[in-house]
Amino acid sequence: MNEAFLQTFWISIKLASLTTIILFCVGIPIAYFLTYSSFRLKVVLQAFVSMPLVLPPSVLGFYLLLAFSPNFWFGNFFNHYLNIRLAFSFTGILIGSVIFNLPFMVNSIQTGFSNLPVSLKDASFTLGKSRMTTIRRVLLPNIKPALLTGVCLTFAHTIGEFGVILMIGGNIPGKTRVASLAVYDEVQALNFNLANKYALFLCGFSFLILLVIYGVNREFLKWKRF
Amino acid sequence: MEEILIELHLCKKIHTSEGDETLDVKIEIPRLGFITLFGQSGVGKTTLLRMIAGLTQPDSGFIKVGTEVWFDSIHKVNIKPQYRNIGFVFQDYSLFPNMTVKEHLLYASQDKETSYISELLDVFHLKGLCNRKPGRLSGGQQQRLAVARALARKPQILLLDEPLSALDSETRQSLQHEIIQAHTNFQATTLLVSHDINEVYRLSDFVYVIENGKIQEQGKPGEVFNGTKIKPDIHLIGYIVGIENNILTVSVKNTIKKIIITCDELANLQINDKILIKESA
Repeated sequence: MNEAFLQTFWISIKLASLTTIILFCVGIPIAYFLTYSSFRLKVVLQAFVSMPLVLPPSVLGFYLLLAFSPNFWFGNFFNHYLNIRLAFSFTGILIGSVIFNLPFMVNSIQTGFSNLPVSLKDASFTLGKSRMTTIRRVLLPNIKPALLTGVCLTFAHTIGEFGVILMIGGNIPGKTRVASLAVYDEVQALNFNLANKYALFLCGFSFLILLVIYGVNREFLKWKRF
Repeated sequence: MEEILIELHLCKKIHTSEGDETLDVKIEIPRLGFITLFGQSGVGKTTLLRMIAGLTQPDSGFIKVGTEVWFDSIHKVNIKPQYRNIGFVFQDYSLFPNMTVKEHLLYASQDKETSYISELLDVFHLKGLCNRKPGRLSGGQQQRLAVARALARKPQILLLDEPLSALDSETRQSLQHEIIQAHTNFQATTLLVSHDINEVYRLSDFVYVIENGKIQEQGKPGEVFNGTKIKPDIHLIGYIVGIENNILTVSVKNTIKKIIITCDELANLQINDKILIKESA
């Protein structure tokens, strides 16, 4: 039991870490585009990014499951060319979780960018610096609190994810069974003790993450002036 | 005959407080000149600077700098701001909050030449503040850093967007001096945007007056501002409460203003005199 307990948590943490790393890399360019581009149709992208916020996880999970099926081009592509089965696999729940958490990362970073004066970017451009250099040296260092919020929210939210993972992961122990699913599972099996253990762990973990966000952000705000 | 460095003719639709207007401006700037664009706020002076820097795209026209074409609407040329060798001083300074004074200059400098950077630090009195971030600098120091940063790249052209408007008159005076010094020391052709006649007088050798989207007048500051041509916006009546050297202290509706006047004007004035002040916005 102890081993299964740890394994479940390990999958949760692995999923959350990978989701956060992928989204951090993907989220910065998307947020940059959404903040600074004058492209007229960017609202469409903005709406797409924010969809997971309003969509029931089961709906997202359902469509992802269909897309993952080898009968569909997306699932077929993975199956055929990369030899990866998406449905009911860890890769599958990772893709699902990246899509599901997109708004948490992108919106946080975007808020950070929009709170900076636009002339900061312009100033760096007039100094002959490329977009990449400007993002790396000027923009990102000045939105550290927003980055931290994005990272922590994404991580914490992935740990607490339920619907999407249940739909596309299928709750397979050792593969796709994460802590949040385990609580539900153990309750179903009337193992209240174990369910309580999982639940308590999740509570403590979430609290810790929020504590880090607020604590570190307070520090950032304090030294921002110096 | 002076050599022309920048030649431009730009059109751009802008939104002003009196509705849409077309900015249509033709300017020539001699190499090493100090030129001012003068006009009320909202006439498109800043837009013009931004177009020269490549930060705002003109609707039509061209910008030629030396032998290079930076923008040409007919031949669809539009060089990115990164490749236009300019220094831009923004009205809000736009300093990077994460960098110290020295890091600003190192970031901006292309060849990282330390002797040049320390010369900049010297000229702008920033030596002792090397390790401070902008949040711990005074307004005047921030302004100095903004100009130093713009010069760190060794630009051909220095664009100054109302750089002194947010400062008190004393800081303004000393900074005007530093800007003149920088202009001669670092040999940058300078284009200043301003609506402060004193500043234009003191700094520039040629002025373009923009009104209603067009150049209404151009010439040496002495010729353009011979008193009658500038319409003052505000007339204030106040009482003299102090006279010191050539600074008048005037109380206007419970606020105190300091005015610099010439010695001949001073002779006719005494404390408690009622005077009329014309102020242009």
